[in-house]
Amino acid sequence: MNMNGAQAVLECLKSEGVDLLFGYPGGVVLRLYDEIYKMNFPHILTGHEQGAVHAADGYARATGKVGVVIATSGPGAANLITGIATANMDSIPLVCITGQVASPAIGKDSFQEVDVFGITTPITKHNYLVKSVEDIPRIFKEAFYIARTGRPGPVAIDIAADVFNSQIDFEYPRTVELRGYKVSSDGDSKEIKAVVEAIENSKRPLIFFGGGVTSSGTSNDIRKIIERLGIPSTCTLMGIGCVDSSTEGFLGFAGMHGSYGANMAIQNCDLLLCIGMRFSDRVTGRVAEFAPKAKIVHFEIDPAEVNKNVVVDMKVMGDLKWSLPILRSKLESSGIDFQKRFSPWLKESIEISRVHPFSYKIEGVSIKPGALIRKISDLSDENTIIATDVGQHQMWAAQFFSAHNPRQFITSGGLGTMGFGLPAAMGAKLAQPKKKVILITGDGSIMMNIQELATIADHDIDLKIVVVHNFILGMVGQWQRLFYNHHYSQSILKGKRDFVKIAEAMGIRGIRLETIADLESQLPDALNSDGSILIDCIVPEEENVLPMVPGGKRLDQMVLS
Amino acid sequence: MIKWFSHEFVLKIANQYKFFSCKEGIILQKYILAVLVDNKPGVLTHVSGLISRRAFNIESISAGYTEEPSVTRINIVVSVETENELDQVVNQLSKLIDVIKIVNLSKAPSIERELVMIKIRADKNSRADILNIVNIFRAKIVDVTSETVVIELTGHQRKIDAICEVLGEYEILEIARTGAIALSRGSTPVKKM
Repeated sequence: MNMNGAQAVLECLKSEGVDLLFGYPGGVVLRLYDEIYKMNFPHILTGHEQGAVHAADGYARATGKVGVVIATSGPGAANLITGIATANMDSIPLVCITGQVASPAIGKDSFQEVDVFGITTPITKHNYLVKSVEDIPRIFKEAFYIARTGRPGPVAIDIAADVFNSQIDFEYPRTVELRGYKVSSDGDSKEIKAVVEAIENSKRPLIFFGGGVTSSGTSNDIRKIIERLGIPSTCTLMGIGCVDSSTEGFLGFAGMHGSYGANMAIQNCDLLLCIGMRFSDRVTGRVAEFAPKAKIVHFEIDPAEVNKNVVVDMKVMGDLKWSLPILRSKLESSGIDFQKRFSPWLKESIEISRVHPFSYKIEGVSIKPGALIRKISDLSDENTIIATDVGQHQMWAAQFFSAHNPRQFITSGGLGTMGFGLPAAMGAKLAQPKKKVILITGDGSIMMNIQELATIADHDIDLKIVVVHNFILGMVGQWQRLFYNHHYSQSILKGKRDFVKIAEAMGIRGIRLETIADLESQLPDALNSDGSILIDCIVPEEENVLPMVPGGKRLDQMVLS
Repeated sequence: MIKWFSHEFVLKIANQYKFFSCKEGIILQKYILAVLVDNKPGVLTHVSGLISRRAFNIESISAGYTEEPSVTRINIVVSVETENELDQVVNQLSKLIDVIKIVNLSKAPSIERELVMIKIRADKNSRADILNIVNIFRAKIVDVTSETVVIELTGHQRKIDAICEVLGEYEILEIARTGAIALSRGSTPVKKM
């Protein structure tokens, strides 16, 4: 069929099942936006390109589908960078389409020209510069395939403006031919057999899972393996929800602000089954003394992750979709009574975790952040999605919210991007309109993409926004309090901003909660009301996120109070 | 064999003959990787971008066409401290979508060569000595003026290093080196290894 390049791009998106675009128009993508107009392609106009890419990211995290974002050349594309890097660090599938100046103008420092291919090279799984319309179908087919298969990730496609206007006899390819990209699904089942033997020979095994369980959709296998073995488990920030937090022996997430029980179990176990995680420095503490007594096993799809940060004793390469069902069936057919064998260790881990649970002190009438999150958690169910920004509130949310399912807890893990929360929550709500979406953010983070309040108002997107308002860049302040002699250098927020008025000015309702009594009386109604609402919760300034493993310390060297 | 000698001795020998690169007293082992990649625009950006982002230590890199028009061969000499670091280089490069195949030719029977051209001041007094050195190394003179000569030499990197060192006594005006390339010995090409 004959059409122009812009129509071809949209035909590719339709063929890939894309039902929603996020973006912001501009000079070189006018032709593309004209076709979006004619085709009436569903599109959300955000207030800023960064909002668009985080929204596409939130959409992808909430569904597992590929999120799609469009931006114009130069500043438009440059504004995507933080969002692309965020998705790359957390292995989120995105296709990012940017316009480029026309082919003859490339390299001439033309108006709104920036080298998007060069800039996105280190922060994408793959990227393309399209200078010929004939390449459009093949490149889009490859881009979606690369983004969603194997270890997922963002793919950037930079398209020269003249390509949108060129004619093409369009046909979407059925298959992908990439000689250098083999999706490693099945591995060597001998490796799994060796792991089963290691489990049979261990006394204190611990399961440690990460975001790979979410992206591979193997949460059910993990649950069944934990049930069969009767052993304690923990997760990374990205793994929250893969196992129901009420599971017996689930010790909470591990790492810098993880639970006492989880960190102690890692340091004391004799076999650590690491599943779909990448040993981030936030999770290992001092890497040389991570899990010193344990034989470490790594279940991983990406060969480059094995022995990158932590040298492991055994590995199981391949997609978890392949390896975990085999592990599960091998364990189920084993004659050993694992539950009986491991019950002393399970009991011990649970007892240790009860010594220092996540906690907060009630003082006067003020709302403690822990109490706030626990209240939100109590008012939520398995159909509630929590999105967070980055900082203290993010850690409190991870500590006090009881997640039940994967894709329920949406947060920027690897890159730690302030400003991620509001647009990501918006994308999640658009992806899952029947679920309630609650954003937990801070008075620092929300300011970084606050323009998206107008977007949710414009599109009637129903979000419950909880601002944990402590008048300080909390995590920065915490480090300054603990390690920099209380020098609050550039971290105090003066407190003149009025989030209720901002919300109202942007077109959504706002309320303020200042006391525990307010919390009890108003939060349930606010969270259950129809339409978007911003809930400005005033909390004390000098609250620390605890426990905390200071930089360079071992996981069991936690600051507890 | 190294462990029979003192660390200082090894460093001295290593520095003298450039068997290894030496960085703050740590011995780095060199390997030559044959990297087959798709002959598409942007491939070199992907490869060089990865090397700089992951802070890999690269001694030389060169690229050229191959027997297949759709394939480019990149030759990378990498220096690493440990086998794990070498695995990281190989695994990270393998992850690039346009990398088809990587073979560590230092671990297979192979032939390694590099080409150098050296422009050197050669007046009446020094010309005979320089010609002597050229003959000893079986190098060639490829350009002559009344004041200079250009020497061309092909050989293993160690040989190139050696002639550069010996000619260091004279006034070298400029040096251009291609970086090492390698082929496997025997009938099996890298793409089938």
